[in-house]
Amino acid sequence: MSTFLWGVLPYLTLATLIGGTIWRYRYDKFGWTTRSSQLYESRLLRIGSPLFHFGILVVLIGHIGGLVVPESWTEALGVSEGLYHFNALLFGGIAGVCTLVGILILVYRRRTTGPVFMATTKNDKLMYVVLVAAIVLGLWTTLVSVGAGSEAHNYRETVSPWFRSIFLFRPDVDAMAAAPLQFHVHAIVGMLLFALWPFSRLVHAFTAPLHYLFRPYIVYRSRDRDASGSRPARSGWSAVGTTDRDRSSR
Amino acid sequence: MRVMAQMGMVMNLDKCIGCHTCSVTCKQAWTNRAGTEYVWFNNVETRPGQGYPRRHEDQTTWKGGWELGKRGNLKLKAGGRVSKLFGIFASPVQPQLSDYYEPWTYDYQTLIEAPLGDDFPVARPKSLITGENTKITWSANWDDNLGGTSELGHLDPIVEKIRRESEDVVKFELERTFMFYLPRICEHCLNPSCMASCPSGAIYKRAEDGIVLVDQDRCRGWRQCITGCPYKKIYFNHKSGKAEKCTFCYPRVEVGLPTVCSETCVGRLRYIGLFLYDADRVTEAAATPDEGDLYEAQLGLMLDPDDPAVIAQARADGIPDDWMDAARRSPVYALAKRYRVALPLHPEYRTMPMVWYVPPLSPIVDVLAGQGHDAEDRATLFGAIEALRIPVEYLAELFTAGRTDIITDVLRKLAAMRSYMRGVTLGRDGDASIPESVGMTEEAVYEMYRLMAIAKYDDRYVIPTAHVERAHELEELGCSLDFDEGPGMYESGPFGEASGRPAPVAVETFNALKQRQTSEAAPAGSDLRGRVNLLNWDGNGVPSGMFPPGTARVSAASGAALGADEAEGEAPQPPQTRAEAKQSREDS
Ligand code: HEM
Ligand code: SF4
Ligand code: SF4
Repeated sequence: MSTFLWGVLPYLTLATLIGGTIWRYRYDKFGWTTRSSQLYESRLLRIGSPLFHFGILVVLIGHIGGLVVPESWTEALGVSEGLYHFNALLFGGIAGVCTLVGILILVYRRRTTGPVFMATTKNDKLMYVVLVAAIVLGLWTTLVSVGAGSEAHNYRETVSPWFRSIFLFRPDVDAMAAAPLQFHVHAIVGMLLFALWPFSRLVHAFTAPLHYLFRPYIVYRSRDRDASGSRPARSGWSAVGTTDRDRSSR
Repeated sequence: MRVMAQMGMVMNLDKCIGCHTCSVTCKQAWTNRAGTEYVWFNNVETRPGQGYPRRHEDQTTWKGGWELGKRGNLKLKAGGRVSKLFGIFASPVQPQLSDYYEPWTYDYQTLIEAPLGDDFPVARPKSLITGENTKITWSANWDDNLGGTSELGHLDPIVEKIRRESEDVVKFELERTFMFYLPRICEHCLNPSCMASCPSGAIYKRAEDGIVLVDQDRCRGWRQCITGCPYKKIYFNHKSGKAEKCTFCYPRVEVGLPTVCSETCVGRLRYIGLFLYDADRVTEAAATPDEGDLYEAQLGLMLDPDDPAVIAQARADGIPDDWMDAARRSPVYALAKRYRVALPLHPEYRTMPMVWYVPPLSPIVDVLAGQGHDAEDRATLFGAIEALRIPVEYLAELFTAGRTDIITDVLRKLAAMRSYMRGVTLGRDGDASIPESVGMTEEAVYEMYRLMAIAKYDDRYVIPTAHVERAHELEELGCSLDFDEGPGMYESGPFGEASGRPAPVAVETFNALKQRQTSEAAPAGSDLRGRVNLLNWDGNGVPSGMFPPGTARVSAASGAALGADEAEGEAPQPPQTRAEAKQSREDS
């Protein structure tokens, strides 16, 4: 069982995430959008959405910090385990609560605002269930840790090595198996979320428009001189778009 | 100097009768789909009035367009790049559906299906957004013909401004007010703030003809462009989650046909042609310190296609000779620069808009005629232009950032043309002093009269076709608004409503239109999939599906053609050839 959960499932998830994203990008660029609902409702969105997004971005950074950076590195910098965990719990906790409150506002808004509810697809609902579950379970691990005080489980000795080992293709199943239940559940739901990611509206996060900071304001485009006439209808697997994509903006 | 070509439009407001034909045909061609019910690429506003969306000209609220920074540099009114990214999770200012209106339909079914009873069945209005019963409180032209203006007219941002900045008060009593129509499309700006606001860089200007389009494959629904456009001519498709805008009917324009709004305009008041402009000086012109000088700065960008230096540079910049020829014959260049009677809408937004307007003389003529004066007499007209300050101030707020002297000049030219041509029509010799008094020659006035009053089809539209080799460049850069699954069928996409495969517009349009243009007959409509397709219709033949099958049989019997049985593969007979169609258009 452990081998499947911590040795096989991560790879299935990664394959779905990467393969799915590539497939979606090629096949369904037109469906790749935030599907903003601000046209229908703005008041609640303006509270909930920034709260949730800023929260989740901090959580994301926290996860990367906690999972990717080995404990020995921070120790070498003179950060003791206690200090590290205090900070992680404090900031992680605040960000987590912001995220949770934010998403609860968003879900409430979805449910109660007629037009927004009408525009909610089955896909959205499934995504929300998994996303909220992941956030709640994540906060649960934090709560348990806070409750346990200095006795708290040090996930940087179990979960983190396992996480890194996945990318080295030598999954450290035993390390993860040693982590307590709440981490197991959170990780499984997390994997489920990543597997759903490419097929939900969450893909918008992958195209976060950071290049806006660097691109010129005015974009001119013209087509490749030697491209031939009308584009044939596309099949599901052929690439979408024009060849000038990266070349011609000025 | 870098010479670029820009497809431009001029609308002669005196001729607009406010019939909304342009809006309806545009909608039929482009936004007749789920998600775009409230979208009017072309809308016609009655002014004074709040416009669509409501009060969109109030940029202190909506933050559209550009403003000058402390160092005189151009910056987006809604904030710089960093602050835009921080505000991306929920736009700080974005019009809500309530600023447009909640689109609706009527429940006609009950009219037919209601059981027999004492009461008449009523077709209740149903919201197209929620499907629930709704109460209609506003629409895209609620204040049409000054409807309700005595109550709400003060909400027009320009009326507000005039009231604030001069002692004049715009009156709304029937006898004392004035009125004209303002049809609006996207301005296809030279310095578009919609484009500058788009975080993904999905909005682009076509290098060949300056048409501004949204790449539907690249738009990610960050919806910043909606705030960015001061004219609020970018709309959010709430089904697909992408921004959409007026396309200048590029599939038609590429083969030399005018846009649908122009083709169907009842008043025949729209002109389409080329401008040549100096792309290197656009930013500099848009950053002109004094708002009042923006009109002149914009005009200064427009290059003279007869100037040898311009011709040489245009050739170097790859503009084909027949495009140069079209630029020389361009009606929009003539009206904007040669005669200087067409003005840009709201130059103070600093986007360098490329749809220009000949301001209406009618508010003045109407008053004169109403008071029993001779509204074609030069002295009376000139006197009235000086005396009727409110309409002039209002027009100045619209077209010249408040410069009444420019408006007065244009109106005097129009008045001069009017009274000069009256003399000629009455068989007198032209009175040369009239054109002189507005700084024009008799020939110029006559030419202007030919263009503005006679306004032949071929003079109104001088549209060079895209070159075959350039056609490939132009066609289908990924803006298709028309999709495989068909309008309103987004649901079938696997990942939410919008997903699916777009079918290129060009397959349907470019080839079909080309064939139509050269073949003198309406082609079989089989490729139109049974829909009425006004985008492809040039008045030649009857598009399939325009009339229900019943009428088809009748008209087929009477010799006219309609593709009622096209499904069986029978090509419809055109009632008249293209040449005849054109002839009858000319005659009428
Ligand atoms: C930095 C990258 C991101 C940006 C720029 C971004 C931006 C946006 C925008 C503009 C919306 C549309 C809001 C609206 O107008 O309705 C949205 C919605 C949403 N985003 Fe993000 N997002 C990002 C990352 C994420 C991440 C990492 C997640 C989740 C893990 C996420 C989850 C969501 C959800 C669930 C919604 C739907 C909100 C609702 O309408 O109920 N986003 N995002
Ligand atoms: S008018 Fe058109 S081109 Fe100009 S800013 Fe608005 S949408 Fe963009
Ligand atoms: S069709 Fe022509 S006359 Fe009628 S409203 Fe439109 S612009 Fe005016």
